[in-house]
Amino acid sequence: MSAAGKGFSPHLDIRRGCVDMTHGSGARAMTQLIEELFMKHFDNDLLRQANDQAAFEVERGRMVMSTDAHVVTPLFFPGGDIGSLAVHGTINDVAMSGARPLYLSAAFILEEGFPLAGLERIVISMARAAASAGVPVVTGDTKVVEKGKGDGVFIITTGVGMVPEGVDIGGGRARPGDVILVNGTLGDHGVAVMSCRENLSFETTIESDSAALHGLVADMVAAAPGIRCLRDPTRGGLASTLNELARQSRTGMILREDAIPVRPQVAAACELLGVDVLNVANEGKLVCICGPQSAGCLLEVMKAHPLGRDAAIIGEVVKDAAGFVEMRTAFGGSRVVDWPAGEPLPRIC
Amino acid sequence: MRYVDEFRQAHLARGLAGAIAREADPERQYRLMEFCGGHTHAIFRHGIQDLMPENVHFLHGPGCPVCVLPMGRVDHAIQLVERHDVILCTYGDMLRVPGRGRGTLLKIKAEGGDVRMVYSTLDALRIARDNPRREVVFFAIGFETTAPATAVALSQARAEGLENFSVFCNHVLTPAAMRGLLASSSGPVSIDGFLGPAHVSAIIGSRPYEFVAREFRRPVVIAGFEPLDIMQSVFMLVRQLNAGRHEVENEYTRVVTREGNAKAQALVSEVFGVRHAFEWRGLGQVPRSALRIKEGYGAHDAERRFTVFSRGNPPDARGCECPSILRGVKKPTDCKLFGRGCSPDHPIGACMVSSEGACAAYWRYRRFRRPSVVAESPAVL
Repeated sequence: MSAAGKGFSPHLDIRRGCVDMTHGSGARAMTQLIEELFMKHFDNDLLRQANDQAAFEVERGRMVMSTDAHVVTPLFFPGGDIGSLAVHGTINDVAMSGARPLYLSAAFILEEGFPLAGLERIVISMARAAASAGVPVVTGDTKVVEKGKGDGVFIITTGVGMVPEGVDIGGGRARPGDVILVNGTLGDHGVAVMSCRENLSFETTIESDSAALHGLVADMVAAAPGIRCLRDPTRGGLASTLNELARQSRTGMILREDAIPVRPQVAAACELLGVDVLNVANEGKLVCICGPQSAGCLLEVMKAHPLGRDAAIIGEVVKDAAGFVEMRTAFGGSRVVDWPAGEPLPRIC
Repeated sequence: MRYVDEFRQAHLARGLAGAIAREADPERQYRLMEFCGGHTHAIFRHGIQDLMPENVHFLHGPGCPVCVLPMGRVDHAIQLVERHDVILCTYGDMLRVPGRGRGTLLKIKAEGGDVRMVYSTLDALRIARDNPRREVVFFAIGFETTAPATAVALSQARAEGLENFSVFCNHVLTPAAMRGLLASSSGPVSIDGFLGPAHVSAIIGSRPYEFVAREFRRPVVIAGFEPLDIMQSVFMLVRQLNAGRHEVENEYTRVVTREGNAKAQALVSEVFGVRHAFEWRGLGQVPRSALRIKEGYGAHDAERRFTVFSRGNPPDARGCECPSILRGVKKPTDCKLFGRGCSPDHPIGACMVSSEGACAAYWRYRRFRRPSVVAESPAVL
């Protein structure tokens, strides 16, 4: 995001204007878009240097880096939009290593004809999310594709962070006897997004849970540095995440259905659509696996944080090299919790 | 959630499990077929088999409309998109069903075909109104439960003169399939009694199953889709079998009557007639087992409106045990293809196609060896 400091005249017509091919051409229009929209809202010292890269000092230690491409329909949904999602998603991916996220980069792929007002709304939301998380966007890029070749806006964000000393969190570290926790209710994001898809509008008060989890993670890591696994159950929901962790760790897992927190409205929407809430996406949730001795203390720490109020112990890790995730059903039976097959699709009857 | 939680209470389940265990005669086996995919799904999702005594077995019937639809019909739908450039509207779980050559509507959509997932026939009508210059076809599928909604769409389209809207009709009929199963000439049938359809019966009532009791001397208990409904119905079936009775009983009295929903039945018979025969995956040709659109609505019948090239239906894959599984003679795990080439991601047989099919439910919810996972020690069953 390099730009010179001179003003442009006339200014971008944000209210009525649209993205056009010149905004990605490297011409003056592109610089103007960067200055009057991106730099204006993302403003910070590193960005203001206006170089093609951001240069920053780092402490000694272990760094982590993660990248995430964000596409979502619709772009604006109850409780968030693609902008806040792009910030939270990458911060969370960095934080799931136990790291403190430091900086973000953002690349925008814009479709010709996309209203500048919508773009500004997204950028403001993104800037707010970054500011409130304390993780600035320090470099970026913009490309424009012809009409019909994009879906309005795609945002790719990359984040870097530092892992505190003594913390070693990874998907392959779960051991039999470990305890599985989540920080709150499942399925909120997926149901909020589904509720406003074009061909499926139903009324709901559910909002996306989209949130940056690094503050919660910092508290958790400080209280229990021996946390073994952290992962955010986004696409594919809790079912996918636990199957990934079980497979990586070559262990099995047993969940208790009646311990898994789900809002009644979300449960009802899933029932109506015939989708399994364990397969529904989350954007402000994490799964934590820790040794049994730390579980009680961790649960208290999580519950004390605003993003962990509904935290719960939902199951345990068991010996099973085949990596099955099983669940004791609330009804009194048991079943396997498998990977979802593709996107959840509603059933006919 | 009201009207749901009441029927999922664990303490009542324990009580019923005890009652079934006391009632079941340890000297005999009880092979009970749940006809509907909805029941199959509920049995696995809630782990109901774990609450049954060892001699009470669930056999998973052909009541999943997606599973039993022959590949040739999926091919037709694909042709409608590819050759006739229609907007094809379909319910969600039809998207992944493979036709011949493994093509699915999801793949056709990825290649640029205009395939849209809808939740209601009314959405399909809206799409037709919004796109007056395009042909819009609704891929109608389902048992008697979804047929009335299709009938409403057809009569509305005719009333509005919505010329670009038509229906590709694949509605099938439950009682005919039960007769097809019981009268099967392709092998033995090992079914002691039926858990009768829930939502289907809300429309057609319990009367149409009376022939099962009368002619085939098997008890039927109409069962709701909630887990306590299923357990109560099992209890009722076990009692009938012990007493040597074979009657149609109704557990789902909060929804189902003997006569059913007269208004919905009238709508359906206004718009639809019965096909001479229809092919079911796993069962073959079943007489009078599907609906066709009547002459008066012919202008909105996609089968009359578009010429599609038919290569017939390919036979079930070699080694596929779906026909025996659907007759209750074999279990999914008895099939050589199960988990070896046939899985929900790559279904070969009918029962693996939708999450309501017996094989897919086994795959998703029951514990067994998955070859794709590295094994060090045998899984505990």
